[in-house]
Amino acid sequence: MAAEMPVEAVHGHKAPEGFISKYIFSYDHKVIGKQYFLLALFSVFVGMVLSWLIRFHLVWPAAHIPGLEKISPTGAAGGVMTPEYYLSLLTLHGTLMIFFVLTTAPQGGFGNYFLPIQIGAEDMAFPLLNMLSFWTAFLALAVLMASFFVTDGPPTSGWTAYPPLSAVGPVAGPGQGMGQTLWVISIAIFCVSSLLGALNFIVTMLDLRTRGMSLMRLPLTCWAWFVTAVLSLLSFSVLFAAGALLLLDRVAGTSFFIPAGLVFNDRVLPHSGGSPLLWQHLFWFFGHPEVYIAIVPGMGIISHVLSCFCRKPILGYRAMTYCLIAIAILSFTVWGHHMFVSGMSPYSAFLFSTATLAITVPAAIKTLNWLGTLWGGKLRLTTAMLFAIGFVSLFVTGGLSGVFLAQPSLDVYLHATYFVVGHFHMVMGVAAIFAIFAGAYFWFPKMFGRMMNESLGKTHFLLTFLGVNCVFMPMHFIGLAGNPRRYSTFVANFLQPLLSVHKFMTIAAFVTGAAQLIFLYNFFRSMRKGPKAPMNPWEATSLEWSIPSPPPFDNFGGRHPVVYRGPYEYGVPGAEKDFLMQDSPEGVTAR
Amino acid sequence: MARGLALAVALITLVTVGIFATHVWWFPEDISAHGPALDRQFTETFIGTGILFVLAQLGLAFFVWKYRDRGDARKARVLPGGAKWTVVTAFLFVGIEVMVLGMVGQRVWASLYLAGAEPGALQIQVQGEQFAFYFRYPGPDGKFGPVHPEKVDEANENYYGLDREGDADSKDDIVTARLAIPVHRPIELILRAKDVGHSFYVPELRVQQDLVPGMEIPIHFTATKTGRYEIVCTQLCGLGHYNMRAFLEVMPEEAFQKWLREQSSAQ
Amino acid sequence: MASDEAMGATGVGHPHASPHAAERSGSRMEASLYAISSRKLGMWLFLVSDAITFAALLVAYSYLRVASENWPRPFRFSPSIVNATIMTFVLVTSSVTMVLAVRAAKEGRRRGAAGWLLATMLGGVVFAALHLREWLTLIHEGVRLFQNPWGTPLFGAAFFSLTGLHIAHVCAGVIYLGAVAIGAGRGRVSADAVEISGLYWCFVDLVWMFIFPLVYLMSARMG
Repeated sequence: MAAEMPVEAVHGHKAPEGFISKYIFSYDHKVIGKQYFLLALFSVFVGMVLSWLIRFHLVWPAAHIPGLEKISPTGAAGGVMTPEYYLSLLTLHGTLMIFFVLTTAPQGGFGNYFLPIQIGAEDMAFPLLNMLSFWTAFLALAVLMASFFVTDGPPTSGWTAYPPLSAVGPVAGPGQGMGQTLWVISIAIFCVSSLLGALNFIVTMLDLRTRGMSLMRLPLTCWAWFVTAVLSLLSFSVLFAAGALLLLDRVAGTSFFIPAGLVFNDRVLPHSGGSPLLWQHLFWFFGHPEVYIAIVPGMGIISHVLSCFCRKPILGYRAMTYCLIAIAILSFTVWGHHMFVSGMSPYSAFLFSTATLAITVPAAIKTLNWLGTLWGGKLRLTTAMLFAIGFVSLFVTGGLSGVFLAQPSLDVYLHATYFVVGHFHMVMGVAAIFAIFAGAYFWFPKMFGRMMNESLGKTHFLLTFLGVNCVFMPMHFIGLAGNPRRYSTFVANFLQPLLSVHKFMTIAAFVTGAAQLIFLYNFFRSMRKGPKAPMNPWEATSLEWSIPSPPPFDNFGGRHPVVYRGPYEYGVPGAEKDFLMQDSPEGVTAR
Repeated sequence: MARGLALAVALITLVTVGIFATHVWWFPEDISAHGPALDRQFTETFIGTGILFVLAQLGLAFFVWKYRDRGDARKARVLPGGAKWTVVTAFLFVGIEVMVLGMVGQRVWASLYLAGAEPGALQIQVQGEQFAFYFRYPGPDGKFGPVHPEKVDEANENYYGLDREGDADSKDDIVTARLAIPVHRPIELILRAKDVGHSFYVPELRVQQDLVPGMEIPIHFTATKTGRYEIVCTQLCGLGHYNMRAFLEVMPEEAFQKWLREQSSAQ
Repeated sequence: MASDEAMGATGVGHPHASPHAAERSGSRMEASLYAISSRKLGMWLFLVSDAITFAALLVAYSYLRVASENWPRPFRFSPSIVNATIMTFVLVTSSVTMVLAVRAAKEGRRRGAAGWLLATMLGGVVFAALHLREWLTLIHEGVRLFQNPWGTPLFGAAFFSLTGLHIAHVCAGVIYLGAVAIGAGRGRVSADAVEISGLYWCFVDLVWMFIFPLVYLMSARMG
């Protein structure tokens, strides 16, 4: 019987010994999940510092920042940022945050750690591939960070890298030399990492579910990770192709994205035949699913956390899974809404606009279901729950601003203004981050065997919630006034009255950033000194709460759990406590 | 904590809506013929989403406050009827409202992009380059001379690469750094880019269009008010992107003709 | 299954590597959605993503070609189309030998499987050799990634990048099949593993079935 066999025989690989195989080149999904977290933590820290520099420069462009000249002697000689340095800050900020934070932590971090446990498996389907996918992401990050230090300057064409600016090389200006090339290479390597990870997630979820864990009994986190993996598999393949073509344009003299007759410094470039719009189509065909990759795991975490702390089943489990799938399918049909004024056929705008507006429906169903879960609940306002509630509020804000941008007539005015910057920061930079925080506070006891401090957590939440609203809500206001994005300094006359708003946002950004220190302190201190965590501190139902905190090497200690019920049996009448765990045989009825 | 959070959400909602509704920061005054329809579309969208925003946020705040666990024996209740209601509500209220908004809004888009400029519109070419806009008027012959990229000479102000000696149509072309147009007259701008992607944006005019290398993109509008307005670039084009701007001057017809003559002699 | 034992079961103690869902239901795990092994499902998913990468490149090629005025048609019937047809025939034949290898593996015929795998590899090598010879001819005629003597420079860029990616897949496939052949010959590799490599090889053949008409035939100079 399985329980009697030694651990090595049932598990795909032996328990590792030695520092290197335990912590560096580990096959254990839990270690790999933590490695992804460290990678994301590093990236979010650098990304946040970059955002501080960005916001600082916008308000005090001529200021001398002591020490900056040591890090960037060309970009910030004398500690004063050049305009191209500002552009490289925003390029790296966007790239780090979108790829190395939002595409890693929710999926590679939480997903890797908890998908196998929540489905009752010992590990992912392909542990070696899992390890490779992390180290490939690490390599991609290393290449990206290297781009920061090249003599030509770090890349300056934004995370969207539109050609011809990003394709013609140094003739287009500083930051378009080796820095931009390294950026393309980094992204291509990251595509490989994502594809390997996606493959693993899909096979794991389909093949490794323990007995009784039918698809409709999976926690919504698992559904979210699964849908995200499918999105990744399909969309990163396209980005890889686009990146390959851009790289060829940069280093091999091809003209995929470069038309004829371009003149720089009075010299005509020898390229001809290419189309800048082709890049935009390829990039955004990836780019739109990518932003759903960033938020869908968060939606799963929120459903999971809300249900637990409302002490009721999530409202409409089936609707929630169908909506996840609907959002994923629709996300492939809307890419043109980034391109309404790009010069593409105006007729296509109708199709893209309709599809974009249609996504409101599954998103609204999910939001109403979250609200409906709160209705009549018995809310336990732990820090994880606060962040989950905060997510709902911020997702409403961010989602509704999208309704404006989905209409091409309004996009004529709002495109490339701070209204767009406010919109995507609300959904990605705030809501998705809140989901990561909710997951962190929720699962910290399980991952580290200790409890985080709740008072510090609540303080962190309140300061952050108020702070992000102060940083990003005003962006919608100035966007209405026509404030364009990606400007390193505000020179135009009509922008001068808006400088006071920028100052407000900058100060709010610094305060909110500082508030994150509370989280870091709480996180790292609790890891060592927090009170020991019981197996199920939140009285939750899913399988991760049926194993010790932290889990043993093979998750279930050699046993194979059997699942008897769905994942959100809270508030069950007649149960001993007010919940029934998934693997508890108590009061089993035919379902 | 529940009260604090509920209060915070309610406060943020009311302050935000207040700032929007009182137009503390808002669109600049509209100076275009298609502007009122666009502004109306925006206001309708704003009201529609504003209602949803207030209902959702205040609902959230209320639920957080009302349903917090007070340590009593109250049991959690499932919404009667289950998810049926949320699905129906989403389809009906959100779905229909949003789709109607979208359908109605397409009219402005159609008028801007599916219909061409009125016949007889004044044609002006706009060229974006790192980091300035240059404008070309066809001159009395009404024709634009051909562009020769190899003849571009920034130092001698030949931004378009015109061969004024060799091409008859180029002789009378007028190239300026300011975009002057007559008020109340249909204008057609032909947008092109010399090096990388740029964009032409005048908030008051409610006009924005990318300038794409390799393409000549027409847009049209009619200005309804005289004055001087800023044109800014809104497509990241390099280090000088923030500084790339020009001025749109809307003048009475006679003043415009006079200006055009002055520019012509200065070529 | 007898053939599994003859070929040697995959990886010790991998409960999820078993190819038959029937073995699993009523056991410790929930039945998989698809009645194939995890490794095979993984290969299918990889092929889906690879197909999309090729599709993106083909879409880019079509987009640029439609937008282009002077796309050259340099491939005369002889030698270019004849050569490409021979290449196609060789690749299709290698797919047939691949299928025969899979059948041999399933029937436990170790040497048969290894032999047919080698035949498949040979087909791949011949294909690659013919392809490289064609590349060298074109390069000799002046075709580069950034220019060619006949028309838009995009022709060389599209041709070399599309066929280049394909030939890289062929070469990687030959190496992959080599490893599988060695394992099959020694009885260390399961029939399932041979079939998985067969999926990859047939995929590479399928991609060629798109490249041949879209790139070669559409740039053929007839008459």
